Amino acid sequence: MSPARKMLLLGGLTLALLGMLYGLHYALFVEHQTLDRMGGTLEESFVNAAERRPAEAHAAVDAYASTKYAYVRQVDIHSHWIGLAMLLIVLGVAWDYVAFSDRMRTGVAIALLAGSFLFPLGVILQTVSRNTSLASALAIFGSATVTIALAAVVWGFWRFAP
Amino acid sequence: MSTLLATSSLTEAFAPMSARRLLVFGGIGLIAVGMLFGDIFAVFVLHQNGGQTGKALLLACDAASSGNVLAVKEIFQKVGELLEDRGTKVDAHVHMTDAGYLALLLALAQPFVALPPRRKKLLAGLFVIGGLFLPVGIFLIHYIELAYSPFAVIGWASVLADSAGALMILVLVFESYGIVRYLQQKKRSDESKFPTDRTWERRALMTGGAFLIFVGFLYGAWYAGIDLYRQEGREAQILKNMLDAASTADGSTTIEVANYGALAAEKAVKIAAHSHVIEFGLLAMLLSFVQPYVYLSARWKRRWVVVLLTGSLVLPVFVLLELSPLGLVAGGIADMGGLMVVIALIGMLVGVLRYSGQMDSAVGAG
Repeated sequence: MSPARKMLLLGGLTLALLGMLYGLHYALFVEHQTLDRMGGTLEESFVNAAERRPAEAHAAVDAYASTKYAYVRQVDIHSHWIGLAMLLIVLGVAWDYVAFSDRMRTGVAIALLAGSFLFPLGVILQTVSRNTSLASALAIFGSATVTIALAAVVWGFWRFAP
Repeated sequence: MSTLLATSSLTEAFAPMSARRLLVFGGIGLIAVGMLFGDIFAVFVLHQNGGQTGKALLLACDAASSGNVLAVKEIFQKVGELLEDRGTKVDAHVHMTDAGYLALLLALAQPFVALPPRRKKLLAGLFVIGGLFLPVGIFLIHYIELAYSPFAVIGWASVLADSAGALMILVLVFESYGIVRYLQQKKRSDESKFPTDRTWERRALMTGGAFLIFVGFLYGAWYAGIDLYRQEGREAQILKNMLDAASTADGSTTIEVANYGALAAEKAVKIAAHSHVIEFGLLAMLLSFVQPYVYLSARWKRRWVVVLLTGSLVLPVFVLLELSPLGLVAGGIADMGGLMVVIALIGMLVGVLRYSGQMDSAVGAG
């Protein structure tokens, strides 16, 4: 098994496990509470409006938006990690059809694996601290790395001659 | 028949009741059922649910305008139920199709799993069972709620879903262990169990699939960079405007609720386009490996490939066009795209079933 294929298969399985464990943990310990908080703050905003307290109503909307900001990203982490894991495994299996030199193929595999770990990691960090540019930079760098590497893979598939 | 009942290694890899066969059948079945469920949901539930949520929000505004706190709370109970109804159905659809993808992936990875055949078969069976019960559990969450549950916020349906998810994780752990064992072996089994032919179908599915994923990544990056934050800001602002309008009873709540509905629709179609184009790309790539097991004439194999790739492009493009003046017409065409993918999948599944039947009868005769 070539190092690139090994990297993609094992990396993909690790990422799938990580994504599933994260999803299980999230479903058991976080999701229900987060949804309750989202529903609660939205309801609170309308109750405040009914009681003619606009400042409190706006504050409740802000709390709702903040909870939803984290919720959207936490669900995205789970789905993106597993999605990227599946892509890595499929590409690992199909790696013989990527028509590049071994060195180039290893480079593309490293880029795919690194981007697949870093992109969701950046998204996680965005939920830890909203105002850090490091998290966004990591997410952008990770997604750009995966996208460029995938463009190379499409080209490699196209170049393959039987 | 252009597809021959191929080489001995191919036959061995797809032996009767083998792990790979179980995973291929289970995987394609889960994907087809998951997509059919998604199509039914899109046609019969999604828009109706959105309309009901909008009406409930309007009622909540009216209640807030008249200072009726009790009514606000009752309406929000209803809104919560509507959102849960929608959310659990989307999740059931996503988890069933994704479990199918993972089953197909595991089918591909079987030659690299160094475990006894009976254990591999047991793991395959458990994974398919988990892939079935996880979405069923998620679907039932809305209907069973907390009935007879000893937990404060988790009902029995959630317990079923979480247990099925845990089972799938366990299977993946064992499969990974099998792969590690394979890597440690000095004498490894022949990797040529992967069919290495380069047919038109395989090339079209592999290149087309990778291209669809690439397009989905580009669109996702554009959405996350340009739209996501703007939409989040707009949502909070619309809600604040809605509440201000309700407090002052100036009659503009209807406009704000309509704005909120339009924003929700915009978000939903953009995310759906992004996720579907990527998932269909992945499906196309996975199905490229199943082609040697599709026992159909070359012409029919090509037809199903073309139908699958066309549907994979039609659905996300027309989902996006739902935001244009085409509106529901585009939605209908998008649903047809989804149906094309389902039909192509069933066509390929029939081919795999025919392959198995032919192979089993040949083995029986031998």
